[in-house]
This record gives sequence, structure tokens and C-alpha cells, in this order.
Amino acid sequence: MAQIRVEKLHKTFGDFVAVRQSDFVVDDGDFFVMLGPSGCGKTTTLRMIAGLELPTSGRIMLGGKDVTYQRARERDIAFVFQLFALYPHMNVRKNMAFPLKAMGMPRKEIKQRVEETARLLRIDHILDKSVSGLAGGDRQRVALGRAIVRRPDCFLMDEPLGTLDTEFRDLMVNELRDLHDRINATTVYVTHDQLEAMSMADKIAVMNHGIIEQFGTPDDIYQHPATMYVADFIGSPSMNFIHFNSALAPGGASVSLGGNAVQLPALINAAEPGNKAVGVRPEHLLISDQSALRGSVYGSEYLGTNQILTIDTVHGLLKARVPSHQSYTIGDNVGLDFATDSLSVFDAQSGKALATERTPQHMREQLDG
Amino acid sequence: MSSNAAHSVVEPSNTSKSVASILVVLYALITMIPLFWIVITGFKSPPDSISYPPKIVFEPTLEGYCNLFTTRSRQTREYVAALGPPEGICEEITRKRQMVIVGKSNYWPRFQNSLIIAFGSTILAVFLGTLTAYGFSRFKVPLADDLLFFILSTRMMPPIAVAVPIYLMYRKLGLSDTALGMILLYTAVNVSLAVWLLKGFMDEIPREYEEAAMIDGYTRLQSFWKVVLPQATTGIAATAIFCLIFAWNEYAFAVLLTSGSAQTAPPFIPTIIGEGGLDWPAVAAGTTIFVVPILVFTILLRKQLLRGITFGAVRK
Repeated sequence: MAQIRVEKLHKTFGDFVAVRQSDFVVDDGDFFVMLGPSGCGKTTTLRMIAGLELPTSGRIMLGGKDVTYQRARERDIAFVFQLFALYPHMNVRKNMAFPLKAMGMPRKEIKQRVEETARLLRIDHILDKSVSGLAGGDRQRVALGRAIVRRPDCFLMDEPLGTLDTEFRDLMVNELRDLHDRINATTVYVTHDQLEAMSMADKIAVMNHGIIEQFGTPDDIYQHPATMYVADFIGSPSMNFIHFNSALAPGGASVSLGGNAVQLPALINAAEPGNKAVGVRPEHLLISDQSALRGSVYGSEYLGTNQILTIDTVHGLLKARVPSHQSYTIGDNVGLDFATDSLSVFDAQSGKALATERTPQHMREQLDG
Repeated sequence: MSSNAAHSVVEPSNTSKSVASILVVLYALITMIPLFWIVITGFKSPPDSISYPPKIVFEPTLEGYCNLFTTRSRQTREYVAALGPPEGICEEITRKRQMVIVGKSNYWPRFQNSLIIAFGSTILAVFLGTLTAYGFSRFKVPLADDLLFFILSTRMMPPIAVAVPIYLMYRKLGLSDTALGMILLYTAVNVSLAVWLLKGFMDEIPREYEEAAMIDGYTRLQSFWKVVLPQATTGIAATAIFCLIFAWNEYAFAVLLTSGSAQTAPPFIPTIIGEGGLDWPAVAAGTTIFVVPILVFTILLRKQLLRGITFGAVRK
């Protein structure tokens, strides 16, 4: 088991910068998820950790050992590919034994180890089947089996659930997390699916255009997005932004939004005049008849336990999550209020969040830096 | 075809299907005529083979096959009559024509040359082609497109255009009329085909397999051997058969560059002379035997061949 430390990792393909000066540390035994849209550099980062791609510059340490320019086979890692890459000309048993054979393990021990791993993943009944006839979930388990059978320092997974249907995905999310908790190996998991990321990760890095926008726990990322990009990317529907232009003094400030004074959480540092934005999650946008900020109902999406109202205001369309039993008709005039203790404040020019009293201590330096 | 199957708009109607089948069968029959003629000519007697109008009904004889494998000399009636009982059917047939067998013909050695040269060059071309195709498919080769075009361009010239320079070169190098020379030549011609065909197959094998193998602790060469090659067998088989057909049938280079010890069957067969010109039944017999290996191979590998031909036509 090992800690993964990535320092100033940089990768270019010709003129295209795939990964820009990334720094992060994955603690021993953590389940770490790299999350971002396609082309954001998450897979490239993963492939560099695996040794399938060499960085342009920077350093990768696995368990305190510099492996930046080592070949994949010299690193103690396992990789689960998006399309599983099970060797089609071998059966399940041979697939799982393949990495052990490379180690020169005696035949008897291989058999024992494969069977033990198969039992752990509940695939011992299909060991002698051909991989081409397997169902999606079994393929997934065999791919996992081939990865864990060697007991490597860390696991790297590249969107392993991407090809499974939704129902099965939820099941595998639980299984993967269970498996991780049982064998406790450092895991780096790449996905573009925020639900997968949120439900499995100990730590998440949200990436965009080769840059790590935020590194933190799922809770940090949801409650305290470090940039407007993260705020927008995470959460469905995403965070509402209300733009305003003003200088902000440290401490409690109130801004006038469409004639409605909104109390912001107290800022730690003063902010220069310029474009700012208040970020509010749909569930923190409250319907309040007394409020001076008014809008008309533009549409609603019924989601069962609640509904998403789209409200047309002077600040544009805002989305609010309200209980599903309240009924609204299109065109209804409603007032909106904000829950001060859950607002985020951004500098709209740089896109970065401003540290407020609700920002956790460990994030404050990061934001001001 | 069952009547309750869902009817698709792109599915041809039953009438057009049967018309198409009839046309295909007709076409197949027409293309079979020369082959059929060759096979029956092999069993005709020399006079039957050149009779006019051509005979379809005739008395079959093994004379052509006997003549193909033997050399004979004419003797007087008394000499033939004085010989003991004939040994084997060929001696019997030959004596009826007042001749005796005096030795073996060159057909079998020429046939062996064909086997050695065709299979030798096929193995070499497929081996080199596989490695080259893998390289082009997986690595960033500078000027890859130009190089691939250059490789293909060697196929664009008719053999006759390069025959004279190759002849001069081979004479200088001592490769003229040697099996090695012919193997090298056919390999050079076939490698371009092999590279192009196999590159297509290699491109279809996802890189993840080798990457998985390399992460599993193998070197690139080991991954290639254990993971890529087993998946490329269809492509390799298809390529091999195409190369083999070319090398087996090749005539122009063979006629120019071989005359004796390394001569292959194609330039030899038309030179089988009987009394009063070409011995057509023997030529036909030689051709029939010559067709057999490639026929067997093609039938054995027809699935792969079909995939090789239609390869890339449908994207998954």
C-alpha cells in the first residue's frame, strides 16, 4: 500500500496542454477520484501514474519512490480499463493468472491465489468460462480480479463503470467501495460522473482544461466550491449564480440584488471592486412571499421527492428545489430568499471563491493564495 | 428464411433474392468452365485433346499424367514386343504408343521448388509484415503516411518494368536461378500487401490489451507475443493466403529469373513438349495438380479470406 504524490506534473501533446502543473497527494489507503469532463486531463494524469504515458515534466512518487520515468511493469500498480481489456483468447482463470505468471509465481500458488480472489469477488463459478460470453457485470468483476490478484500498491481505474447500464452501475459503485474498504488499497479512480465520484470518494479532484480546480472531500467540493467551474460542474441542477458589481469589505456585508438586500456570509479579506457573483444551490433558494426579489415560474421538473422550479427573475433564470407537494403553475409570481449560511461568494473575473466565515479553515489559505 | 421474421426496409424482397442467386450461380458456373476444361483435358489422349470440334465425351486415360511425370523414347515395334510384362499402368499406356519410359521428368522437382519458394516467401513476408504493421499501428513513426505510401508504391509497377534491372542485379549477386533469390523477390513484393492488410487488423486491436499486459508485468515484446498476436490470427491467416496465392502463381519473374535448379512450376508447365508440339494432356495434368495445394488452402481458410476481403467494410 502506498501514498501517491504528484508534483508539478505537466504533459503536452504538441501544442495541446493536457495536464498543467498538477500537484496533489493521495494518502495511503484513500479512494481518490479524478472528476471532470472529457478532455480535461484526468485520464492522461492516470496514465502517467500508471506509466503508460511519460510526463513532459514533473514528478510522480509511489510509496516514497520516484517512478516518474519507470516503465509500467516496474511500478507496483494495477489498472482497470474502461473497456476492461480482458484478453479474449484466454478464459477467466487465465486472465486472472496472467499478472501472476509474469511474476514467476509457482503454478500451485497461482491457482490458490486466483481462486481466493475469485471467491472474494464471487466469480469462482465462472473461472473456466470464456471471457467473451460474460455479462457486463461479470466482466467488470473479472477485470477487478485481474487487478487485485497481484495485491499491488495501488489501483488505477479509468471509468470502469462507464459502459454498464445505470441499474448495474449503482450496484457496482457499492461493490467497489466495499472492496476498497476490505483490501484498503490506495485507489485512483477516473470518472466524469459526479454521482459515482461523490458516492465513492474519500477525496476528489475536479479537473478542467488540464488544471485541478479543486482537491478536497466530497463535502468540501459540494458545500465550498473553490471556483465557479466546480460550483457549476457539481450538483444537479447546478448552482445558481447571481452577478453583481461591488467592492466588499471584510466581515458581514449586505448586497442589493434586484432591490432585495441579501446578507452575505462574512468575508475574511476585503475584495476589490469588480464583478462578483453569489452562488446559491437550488436547495438553498427559498420561496418566500415576503421577499422583495420576485420572479415568475417559468417551468418545473417533477423528480418525485422534490421538484425543480425554474424561476424567471431580473437576474436571469434561477432554479430552486422545492417539495413536490407544493403546486405551482407557470406564470405564478413568487418571492425568493437566500439562506445566508449556505451562500458562496465568487470573484466573477477570476472565477475563484472568496473565503468567508463558512469556508473551512484548511481551505482558506488555498483560496487566498 | 422464416416468414414471420421482421421485415426490414433494407432487406431485399424474395424475388430479387432469387434472381440474384440465379445470377451468382450462373456466374460461378461460367468461371468454372476453364477449370473444368483443364481437369478433363488432363484425362484425354493427345489426339482427343486437340480434336475439332472439341470432345466433351471421350474415353478417359491417364496418359497425360504418365507423360507429365516421365520422359520417354520411341522404339521399334520389335523392341517393345520383346520387353517383359509392363510394370504399372504408365508403362502399359506408353508401350501402346511404341515408347518406353526412360526416366523421370522435371515436373516434381519444379513443383517442389514452387512449394519451397511460395511458402518460404509467404512466411517471411507475413513475419516482416506483422512486425512492420504493428510498428506503424502503435508507434509514432515520422512520416508514417509517406512511408506507407512508399511501401504500397512498390506494388504499383508491373513486374516487367523492374524485371531487367532485377535480372542484372541478381546475376551480379549470384542470386539468379536460386531459391533464395526468388524467396527474397517474392517477399519484397508481398511485404507491401502484408503491411497494408495487417496494419488494418492491428489498428482494430485495442491498445488497452498491450497496455494491460505491460501493467501486468510484461515487456512490450512479450505483450505483443502473448496478447496481440493471438488476436491477429485471422488477419495473419488472410494475409498469408493472399501472399501465398501471389507467390504460387507468379509467372513473369519466374520465367525471367529461373531456368534450371530453381525453376518453379508455372514457367515449366508450358514447356512440356510431346510429339508434334505441346503435350496438352500433360500440361493440363500438371496444371490440375498445381491448382490443388492453393485450392485446399483456400478452402481451409475461406472464412478468414472472406473477412480479409470484406475487412473494414462495416464498422462495429
